[in-house]
Amino acid sequence: MSLFGLKFGKKKLKEEERQLQANNRDFNLQFEYANNTIKTSKYNFFTFLPLNLFEQFQRIANAYFLFLLILQLIPQISSLAWFTTVVPLVLVLAVSGVKDAIDDFNRHKSDKHVNNRPVQVLINGMLKDEKWMNVQVGDIIKLENNNFVTADLLLLSSSEPHSLTYIETAELDGETNLKVKQALTVTSELGEDLQKLTEFNGEVKCEAPNNKLDKFTGTLTLQGEKYALDNEKMLLRGCTIRNTEWCFGLVIYAGPDTKLMQNSGKTTFKRTSIDRLMNVLVLVIFAFLALMCLILAIGNGIWEYDKGYYFQVYLPWAEGVNSASYSGFLMFWSYVIILNTVVPISLYVSVEIIRLGNSFYIDWDRKMYYPLNDTPAQARTTTLNEELGQIKYIFSDKTGTLTQNIMCFNKCSINGKSYGDVYDMSGQRVEINENTEKVDFSYNQLADPKFAFYDHSLVEAVKLSDVPTHRFFRLLSLCHTVMPEEKKEGNLVYQAQSPDEGALVTAARNFGFVFRARTPETITIVEMGETKIYKLLAILDFNNVRKRMSVIVRSPEGDLTLYCKGADTILYELLNSSCESLKEETTEHLNEFAGEGLRTLVVAYKNLDEDYFQDWIGRHHEASTALEGREDKLSELYEEIEKDLMLLGATAIEDKLQDGVPQTIETLAKANIKIWVLTGDKQETAMNIGYSCNLLNDDMEDVFVIEGSTSDDVLNELRNARKKMKPDSFLDSDEINIQFEKSSKPPKILPDEQANGVYGLVITGHSLAYALEGNLELELVRTACMCKVVICCRVTPLQKAQVVELVKKYKKAVTLAIGDGANDVSMIKTAHIGVGISGQEGMQAVLSSDFSFAQFRYLQRLLLVHGRWSYIRMCKFLKYFFYKNFAFTLVHFWYGFFSGFSAQTVYDEWFITLYNLVYTSLPVLGMSLFDQDVDDRWSMLFPQLYVPGQQNLYFNKVVFVKCMLQGIYSSLILFFIPYGAMYNTMRSDGKAIADYQSFALMAQTCLLIVVSVQIGLDTSYWTVVNQFFIWGSLSVYFAITFTMYSDGMYLIFTASFPFIGTARNTLSQPNVWLAIFLSITLCVLPVVGFRFLKAQLKPTPSDKVLLKIKEAKKRPPPPSPKRRLRRTSTRRSGYAFSHQHGFGALIMSGRNMRPKSPFATTGTFSPNSDKYKHKGL
Amino acid sequence: MKNKTSCLPREGEARPSRCPDNSAFKQQKLPAWKPQLTIVTVLCTFFLTGVFCLSVGVCLILSTNSVREIQVDYSDKCSDCSKLRENSSNWDKECHCSVNFTLKEDILGDVFMYYGLQNFYQNHRRYVISRSDAQLLGRKVNVQKSYCAPFTTYQNGTPMAPCGAIANSMFNDTIDLFYNLNSSLIQVPLLKTGNSWWTDKNVKFRNPKSYNLSSAFAGTARPPYWQKPVYLLDEEDERNNGYVNDDFVVWMRVSAFATFRNLYRRVRRIRQFADGLPAGNYTFHISYNFPVTKFKGRKYAILSTVVWSGGSNPFLGIAYVVSGTAAALTGFVIAAIHLKLRKKKTYFQK
Repeated sequence: MSLFGLKFGKKKLKEEERQLQANNRDFNLQFEYANNTIKTSKYNFFTFLPLNLFEQFQRIANAYFLFLLILQLIPQISSLAWFTTVVPLVLVLAVSGVKDAIDDFNRHKSDKHVNNRPVQVLINGMLKDEKWMNVQVGDIIKLENNNFVTADLLLLSSSEPHSLTYIETAELDGETNLKVKQALTVTSELGEDLQKLTEFNGEVKCEAPNNKLDKFTGTLTLQGEKYALDNEKMLLRGCTIRNTEWCFGLVIYAGPDTKLMQNSGKTTFKRTSIDRLMNVLVLVIFAFLALMCLILAIGNGIWEYDKGYYFQVYLPWAEGVNSASYSGFLMFWSYVIILNTVVPISLYVSVEIIRLGNSFYIDWDRKMYYPLNDTPAQARTTTLNEELGQIKYIFSDKTGTLTQNIMCFNKCSINGKSYGDVYDMSGQRVEINENTEKVDFSYNQLADPKFAFYDHSLVEAVKLSDVPTHRFFRLLSLCHTVMPEEKKEGNLVYQAQSPDEGALVTAARNFGFVFRARTPETITIVEMGETKIYKLLAILDFNNVRKRMSVIVRSPEGDLTLYCKGADTILYELLNSSCESLKEETTEHLNEFAGEGLRTLVVAYKNLDEDYFQDWIGRHHEASTALEGREDKLSELYEEIEKDLMLLGATAIEDKLQDGVPQTIETLAKANIKIWVLTGDKQETAMNIGYSCNLLNDDMEDVFVIEGSTSDDVLNELRNARKKMKPDSFLDSDEINIQFEKSSKPPKILPDEQANGVYGLVITGHSLAYALEGNLELELVRTACMCKVVICCRVTPLQKAQVVELVKKYKKAVTLAIGDGANDVSMIKTAHIGVGISGQEGMQAVLSSDFSFAQFRYLQRLLLVHGRWSYIRMCKFLKYFFYKNFAFTLVHFWYGFFSGFSAQTVYDEWFITLYNLVYTSLPVLGMSLFDQDVDDRWSMLFPQLYVPGQQNLYFNKVVFVKCMLQGIYSSLILFFIPYGAMYNTMRSDGKAIADYQSFALMAQTCLLIVVSVQIGLDTSYWTVVNQFFIWGSLSVYFAITFTMYSDGMYLIFTASFPFIGTARNTLSQPNVWLAIFLSITLCVLPVVGFRFLKAQLKPTPSDKVLLKIKEAKKRPPPPSPKRRLRRTSTRRSGYAFSHQHGFGALIMSGRNMRPKSPFATTGTFSPNSDKYKHKGL
Repeated sequence: MKNKTSCLPREGEARPSRCPDNSAFKQQKLPAWKPQLTIVTVLCTFFLTGVFCLSVGVCLILSTNSVREIQVDYSDKCSDCSKLRENSSNWDKECHCSVNFTLKEDILGDVFMYYGLQNFYQNHRRYVISRSDAQLLGRKVNVQKSYCAPFTTYQNGTPMAPCGAIANSMFNDTIDLFYNLNSSLIQVPLLKTGNSWWTDKNVKFRNPKSYNLSSAFAGTARPPYWQKPVYLLDEEDERNNGYVNDDFVVWMRVSAFATFRNLYRRVRRIRQFADGLPAGNYTFHISYNFPVTKFKGRKYAILSTVVWSGGSNPFLGIAYVVSGTAAALTGFVIAAIHLKLRKKKTYFQK
């Protein structure tokens, strides 16, 4: 199978054009297109072992140990028995092999699940249930509502008129609003007639498979006629069919050729900064190792020349060795084998195990579990944990990440009166919470039960038939481009292009102005229970420049009215002068709304003169059919009629933030993390959210807005901003400028600069495009990184990734990207760490993320608790691990000077084998899985504790050198104390003590106890497990030692266990124990003193925080602070509209209308049903 | 942030909730002991260690001072012999010499006699492995397959018993001790067994099984430097002959350093030596076989008593005293620094 696939893949490279014929499998088979099976797994049962081993030996560490093993097999230089390397190596290979096998098994499972999804395929004139994997190119398949699209299809026909098909592309690009696809007319005639579909034999020629989601070109040849195909006719795998009963499609690309699979690409393998540091350190250690071996080899040469030559009486040189220098050369390699334990193989295994363990904690954390959609947090990548404790920049998406993407009609101002706040008896404003009484909409059968409103006075106003109030809601129910859907009587569902519009129409619906149905020419409203049909005369659609939309309708009474809603800044210019006083009051309300972070719209109306309108509509018709300059002519006409409007009021929509977002952002900011919001939204919306989630506030010195439309403008704006933040940064004496001066090349890494206050920066996508070019890049980084908050709006997915890449390139900082949609995928993949918000419909972000959870607020726990702990644990682990292996290995080095540089080991070979594997592995693992300096509550209360991680303080090159020095010191003690204690002395029974085996046992016992005490000193959180591991390891050491040195073992395995009796004879001597105790004292006491004095004399900021916590712990714990976040009210235009173009054209052309709407005509709620007779199309 | 996250079971749910278990382990809430470096613990550690080390050090020094030790370097004292031994062709010529020394005081208690070697690299890797443990266990083995090379077989194929560099280089001087009492020489009675570890003598070394020793070693030859075959090492005592000969067993336990001493004989406490060695003149009577000048080595004959902490090496005692003093001093320094800092802090707080 895999061979076949290989051949297949090669052939794919050559494919330049795809040719296929519908319903003709034989014809299509000759091209050997991939079928719809997807395969993400790597191995099968037979290839697992060879492939996996091959991959594992590509890792440098494993290859190194293989090299050592080969060295050990050369008898001349083999200084250690082969098992000292083989046992750990096999264990390591086995552990990673099992892990890979489990991973691959899971991939097999998910592949199987996807491949076995059912779909209806048209075979021989019959619809047959088939599995996804059996679908082939050229098949015609039937999809039903809410089905996933099976492969990349050419849409043939659908249940909707004109073969429109609605799809949701959330998994593909993260957008949840519906998109429309339309089939060719010639194919839409096929309908669901199986006979015709079977006879359909169109031939498609199109481009070869590629990963461009928004582009497709091809031709369909049917009965000699050619039809052009484009992306509008394609249904891509990964989409979901919505609002469409059924549709038929022709498979164009299947399985691995689909755009979805082509896009998934190879995920880049992320490494943490500790990983990179470790690689450097390992190289340093190798150099150090080579140096030691060289010294010892030279020593051996000299020794053999000076002493060994004469000692040949008793010890002739080995066979083939005829000079001291050759002996030295061999000894170099022998020492490489002996001293290789400075970089033990178990380092890599332990690091993986620690990361895995810490990832499990994330999966298990109940405080990151979201009960509402039953989603626990998930660590999808298990190798990045400690980097979570080093994040300096967070790049966040807005929609769906900071916000819930739910719009709520929250407040409104009608005719100078503000509604929406709740007041108690004494006139105090009351905080709205779950217990606040909601307005009862039961008088309205068509009300949406999910809608909540708390201010009863508005309902009173509606019930009292207040004219402006009625007009206000009438406007909301008429002026929009929402499509209603009423599958069941009274169960209205609105399909809105933007959630804002949906919210407004829903609000009108609940207050008794129910938008029920629309045709190209009419809008049916149920006004306070009475069905009215308005004639829709024109839609003056929305666009970005106009920032408003209007409709012109004729009421059943015959009045001609223009209703308009739009941004306050725009509409205020268009108002009739009679509205001045109302305008002032409304402005006040608008400010209030905007101050609370609400998105506002101003609504206005105008009664039109019949004659004027007829004239205007005539010109409008002319303009809309004009061939040239249609757009301009139309907008001129729009401007002409949208004048002298009468102000009605304003709406305020809450773009609902996710729970706890402002608090999370505040906490993260305290942890010195910079937050950049990258959103596709408009500047106004983005800034609004910035204010409402406390990213931006009025305490900031300034918020710079970069919106230049040329390269120079952008440069000036950026420079001005920087000038204000840090005037010295333009002086020649500035550090970075000097760097610029010095080297012609731009510097690699920019140091952090401090601004003279707190600033924010808002940059639009257009300006960003310039700023990301060439030399502006540096300017942008310097300016943006000085700001506390950066908001980029209107950015494309690619730009999101570019921004992340920019910071990665110029700042020595760890970045994290968080998002929920497919448009965040690129940024998630680019950042050091990608976080996906799970539990929503789209899964793309989660699938490419490293960590996922359901709510933005869990980010603070992920970073401040899990990230910090993981980082501290990993650093402690590395420090200890390097220390223990230096102390262990360097003893051999010192012994070399006393043993003729003969590569004689100090310890028993079994001890060398088991030291890293058994005796010292569990205590340090226990520490790195359980240690906590302070518990999670304090970690969250004192975000400052996060800062050392960002600055990389706990493990860096300096710390490493310190570990090394400590290791060297310990090794000196560990060698010379036993040496001194044994020199020219004897046991208490007069027998000789200084034999090699006794010395080895004594040295190894000293070492083991010293490193055990050291881990005890490093462990600050002794759980039962730690106790068990530390004491257990010591007991196991003695147990194993006594067993291995017993009579029985010797008599059975004579060659392997020559240390018989050593333990019994040596460990009974008092001076041996005195030497052991002295070694421990001398190794550990200085460390205790040093640590204590360092904390006393030169406390780091986190030491101070820890001290504060220690003092605070003595008092009862403070109640968790429930501060009201202060909201400021500055005049900001909180203009709400998140989409670009309306459905206006589609509505007016009537293309998306159903032939009939069954319930609208028969509902009891529509007594005037006979009025629908002109509706059929 | 919410302190409690409740995982409510949802009704009518077919799928089990994915809510993680609320176990202390999974929530990282295992009860734990959180030791911290406080001023009290640190000072206690330093002072207690200091006091302990000082007292142990004083005890050690006192007891090592009570050890009596006589060390005689005889490598050059018998200059004729050492010259003779430089030429290996004289291996079968006997050479004797005597070394006199005087004890001014009685040496009371058990007296042990050691031979010491200097510059003899018994800890060289190739030397250490040059033995066949299986052969020494009395098993029939092919010494060619062991690490004994080049001391495995003679050219005619006769295997050496025992094989290897260690056995071949066995110390083979004979040292006798004579007490000069009123110009008559009294040989000091010496014990030549009981000088090795019980496990070595009884487990690690065994003679091949046969009706007598010489037949057990039939078909083997002595190592090249030996003067007599292994089954003649002690003809007087069957249990001290062959591989289990005490001198051989002691030699085979290689030393960790190039300067070392091995137990050679113990003074048998009978007659005038019941309390030890009385003061007076003594003579070492040495049969000089072991050449040391060839490799620039030296050899010694040593008489010593022992105490609970071993021999006369003062290293541990001094090290303990120094460490104890240092620990205590550091304790004082830490206390001083702490007091000063606390003063400063309270000053600032005012």
